[in-house]
Amino acid sequence: MPKIPYRVALRQAFAEEIERDENVVLLGEEVAEYDGAYKVTEGLWKKYGDKRVVDTPISEAGFIGMGIGASMLGLRPVMELMFWSFAYVAWDQIINNAGCIRYMSGGLINCPIVIRGPANGGTNVGATHSHTPENFLANTPGLKVVCPATAYDAKGLMKTAIRDNDPVMFLENTLLYGEEWEVPVEEYLIPLGRADVKKQGRHVSLIAYGRAVLTALKAAELLAAEHDIDAEVIDLRSIRPLDDAALLASVRKTHRAVVIEENKPFCGVGAQIAAIINEQAFDDLDAPVLRLSAIDAPAIYSPKLEARQLPRPIDIVEKVRTIC
Amino acid sequence: MNECMAELFGKATGCSKGKGGSMHFFAPDKNFWGGHGIVGGQTPLGLGIAFALKYKGLAGACLCFLGDGAVNQGCFHESLNMASLWDLPVIYIIENNQYSMGTSLERSSAFRSCLAERAEGYAIDWDHCNGEDLYEVRAKTHTALERAHRQSRPTLLEINTYRYYGHSVADSKHKGGYRNAEEIEQYKQNHDPIRLWKARLVSEGVLTEEQYDELDQAARAEAEESVKFAEESPLPSEASITEDVYFEVDRNTEAGRTGRHFFNY
Repeated sequence: MPKIPYRVALRQAFAEEIERDENVVLLGEEVAEYDGAYKVTEGLWKKYGDKRVVDTPISEAGFIGMGIGASMLGLRPVMELMFWSFAYVAWDQIINNAGCIRYMSGGLINCPIVIRGPANGGTNVGATHSHTPENFLANTPGLKVVCPATAYDAKGLMKTAIRDNDPVMFLENTLLYGEEWEVPVEEYLIPLGRADVKKQGRHVSLIAYGRAVLTALKAAELLAAEHDIDAEVIDLRSIRPLDDAALLASVRKTHRAVVIEENKPFCGVGAQIAAIINEQAFDDLDAPVLRLSAIDAPAIYSPKLEARQLPRPIDIVEKVRTIC
Repeated sequence: MNECMAELFGKATGCSKGKGGSMHFFAPDKNFWGGHGIVGGQTPLGLGIAFALKYKGLAGACLCFLGDGAVNQGCFHESLNMASLWDLPVIYIIENNQYSMGTSLERSSAFRSCLAERAEGYAIDWDHCNGEDLYEVRAKTHTALERAHRQSRPTLLEINTYRYYGHSVADSKHKGGYRNAEEIEQYKQNHDPIRLWKARLVSEGVLTEEQYDELDQAARAEAEESVKFAEESPLPSEASITEDVYFEVDRNTEAGRTGRHFFNY
């Protein structure tokens, strides 16, 4: 199986879906002639032309709203936000329009749109370019939220997201764009709402999504090598819909859980997961559910310190050792 | 009328099943795409409908309505720019009733001749018309539609109008507060488009007073009937609160059955 970078896996998903469905159109800042600010869409404009791959002005509220309007009429726009941080400029369109139009029309109108782009800290671009809004987005019934950790997941989930008839918010990670994973040549789809056990284990469940999954996998190696603790790593992959059955099954097996995210702790995804475990699997727990999030402050610029602000493998090891 | 009235009453028979309310009416089967509650928030959606029409190669245009208060929202300007940049068949119609809630036009918007003149900055054709005159409104809208259909070009059309009531039912200062009662009465007497049109039709011999009264009575009766319909209609069921949120869940597709979509344990 060939190994390809995360960004190429996404690119393959776009190309395959553009060829499959004439209603699929990519729009965003610099996605066409510039080949994408992060080269995710490289070569697609050259191959598919002006109609299918469209450069927009720097007008997030305008062009995201335009994509939503176009989706109401049956197009399947795939909108790139150069950073998910810029979604705040388009927040009204995302929450009030993409999130509520189906409901407020009594189900008469659908918004089959994908809004995508990187949502991560750790690249030393300061607080305004480092936001991770998955918790805000998942707080809006009507939206779906996906945070893939690997190239394989990114491709399979993106293809599903494009075909989904509801608005899907797809949060990528610039630190992963160049990382390589095995991706099959044959077509495959990954359903939204299905977690993936990235590593089996017996003693503690490390529940994560996005890049934090990779941090958890490194922590699991350290826990096994240095502390004889066999950790299970659950990758949620999609935040909403959420595979609560998978994470509860894992907790019922290991009786301990640490939720890891690169988001902030207050009202974050980890808080929701902890609440679900508390409500649904309290009697299976041998220790309180712990959370590890980014240090609770705006993303600091200072490169050495920003790496410290996000959860590191050693931080997970320390958390786990307090309950194992 | 029935489905609109029932929607106002929050009934299951409403056009949005009682889930949208007065600001969120939809009827895509009649080419009516909402009904959006956030001032100016509909302007990118209208652009998107025009984009989709052009993308699909369909002949058509999107008429996107906004008030004089919406012209100061950023996304409206973003939409004007893209409409012109990409030659999209959208017609933005400013219904200028002189007040954005309690703030008069003079206190909220900077302009030279009129609000539509702002289109100059985006190289968009614009026009201004007197909303009292039905024929002028029709003629200028027709010109804009022709431009959209034949040249795939946008238009910004401003129509002067007025409102007798408040911005909403909670606007207690609309009479005697930010505007005086005489102003309202003066408009009713001298500028009401229905009165003026009626007078014109009567003077032209097209309509008689009796015929007008019949039409008026029929309209009132229809409104009263719809109130009765709305009052007698059932409320939406409690179960319906979580319906119409996700397509895939409503249709019970495999996607709708995979993972948890709602968190009401």
